[in-house]
Amino acid sequence: MVEGELVIERRSDPGGRARLELRGDCLLPGGERLWESVSEALRGGAEVEVDLSGVERLDGACAALLQALRAEGARGGGRLELLGTSEEQRRLLDLYDCGGETCQPARPGGPGVLDQIGQATADAGRSLRDVLAFVGDLAQSVRAAATDLPSIRWRSIPGLMERAGSDGVPIVLLINFLVGLIVALQAAFQLERFGASIFIADLVGLSMVREMAPLMTAIVVAGRSGAAYAAELGTMRVNQEVDALWTLGFDPQRFLVLPRLIALAFVVPLLTALAMLVGIFGGLLVAVQRLDLSTLAYFVELRSAVSVTDVLGGLLKSAVFAVTIVLISCQRGLATRGGAAGVGRSTTSAVVVTLFFLVMLDALFTFFFNLFGL
Amino acid sequence: MSETPSPFALRVRGLAVGYDGVAVQEQLDFELSLGGIYAILGGSGCGKTTLLQTLIGLLPPVAGEVDVLGQGPPDLAGGMPPFGVSFQSGALLGSETLLANVSLPLQRWTELSPEAVEALALARLRLVGLAGFEQHLPSEVSGGMLKRAGIARALTMEPKLLFLDEPSAGLDPVTAVELDDTLALLRDDLGVTTVLVTHELASIFRVADECLMLARGAHGVVARGKPEELREHADPRVQAFFNRRPISQVR
Repeated sequence: MVEGELVIERRSDPGGRARLELRGDCLLPGGERLWESVSEALRGGAEVEVDLSGVERLDGACAALLQALRAEGARGGGRLELLGTSEEQRRLLDLYDCGGETCQPARPGGPGVLDQIGQATADAGRSLRDVLAFVGDLAQSVRAAATDLPSIRWRSIPGLMERAGSDGVPIVLLINFLVGLIVALQAAFQLERFGASIFIADLVGLSMVREMAPLMTAIVVAGRSGAAYAAELGTMRVNQEVDALWTLGFDPQRFLVLPRLIALAFVVPLLTALAMLVGIFGGLLVAVQRLDLSTLAYFVELRSAVSVTDVLGGLLKSAVFAVTIVLISCQRGLATRGGAAGVGRSTTSAVVVTLFFLVMLDALFTFFFNLFGL
Repeated sequence: MSETPSPFALRVRGLAVGYDGVAVQEQLDFELSLGGIYAILGGSGCGKTTLLQTLIGLLPPVAGEVDVLGQGPPDLAGGMPPFGVSFQSGALLGSETLLANVSLPLQRWTELSPEAVEALALARLRLVGLAGFEQHLPSEVSGGMLKRAGIARALTMEPKLLFLDEPSAGLDPVTAVELDDTLALLRDDLGVTTVLVTHELASIFRVADECLMLARGAHGVVARGKPEELREHADPRVQAFFNRRPISQVR
């Protein structure tokens, strides 16, 4: 036995009452044995005496455990009596006396499945209403800012453009180059079989310019800048920085959201234009390497297939996507509640909702472009 | 953790504290004995929090050494440290309830059963007056409750030494007094040594057994003693601080 180590001896008196004699140090590191021994003795509503006269040192942790066990025993119909306590031990035990009731943590019942479905539905409705209110407020802010241009924080815009734009160029170029390459590779085999290899330029050109470049660029920007905006504004919200802006006479939407809106609405179409180019070059690589087409033939065919309207349509889409990313991520950020966990929830929600809206808007654009023969 | 063969709670020798090798306080030499409440105080920017961060091992010393409870310098990477720390804002994990926050070190560093962990964590929360709030998230309780929950978490592993950063800052007078009483109770009934970094004079006079005063640009502790004694200290910076007067009026 290690000197000072807690020793627990169990005896039974003729009346069937269990008696536990404790010796040595009753401290937190041996608390698990104390808990197990006394819990075991108390099982089935037994009456138990715990003799502390041999305990040399009792710490607050063991005092708290003994008091919790006493309450536990009483709840189970048993009884735990503490004997042989010194003046100092009694003081410590009194400190942790929980009077029975409060020894158990409050256990709120979790909501049932129907409650959760109802709550989620109500939350979705509230969320939609908040987004609409946000868009309305922003529209008012834009109108007010148009007549009071100095109220926009212009000097923050170059930094925002740099972070969303030039810092994002490498990943946008890489992804769109690969997308162009993949689309071309997927089509190359089939086109070759039908002797229609030259149409790879049409396929890659149109799909990159009208669909893939705007959508893939917007997805990258939503993941980079949208998530960053939601997290940044969410942190500002929980740190009361947004409240502070109101008290300083600043409209947070004009101060925080409008610069981001202007920055992304300008930068995303530029990124998309670059994305269109590299995607087309990805297709060129396959056309030259896999289908033995000449560069000149690829570009001549591309020119006949892709019109200026297609390019402008793609850029228009990208501008709408940019506005969507800013609106959703800033709204989610500014609606953050509940500390660090709330910031995490807002950021996740911003990215998921943005991606959903991007795809939905893309489908709508495609539908209307086809409808109007564009 | 409960083993404290050391005759002192904290010993600092030739300590310089600061960031990136640049000292904001230097030539610090002091020893704190077990069982008292010690206030490290001084005006804003004098390096109180930097000193605290060095004492608990979050910052390396620029020079000198720290010995905590006779176990050498604080080693946060070496398992559960032999002291508890409560931060200015409570620093509780926002996604966990108060009970889960306080249970955390017990789950990691003891072999207690889940029921025993819960009972002990609840006892700590009750000790600081938070019974009934155990299932609340940190975002659902007040600033004073957050600080008290932070203290409960710091106490969980039965440390003999507790570091508190600005425990009363921003609290209403009633909550501040209740917190002071909790600290006195920890000292009197549990024998906990408390080192608190503060500039709340009311708290200092109410609970501190001894004060160590720092001043910006000074070398070492400029004054040490009971709060009442320091009121009449010869150093005008100390007098100004303890009598709440502009330093120009003290000179």
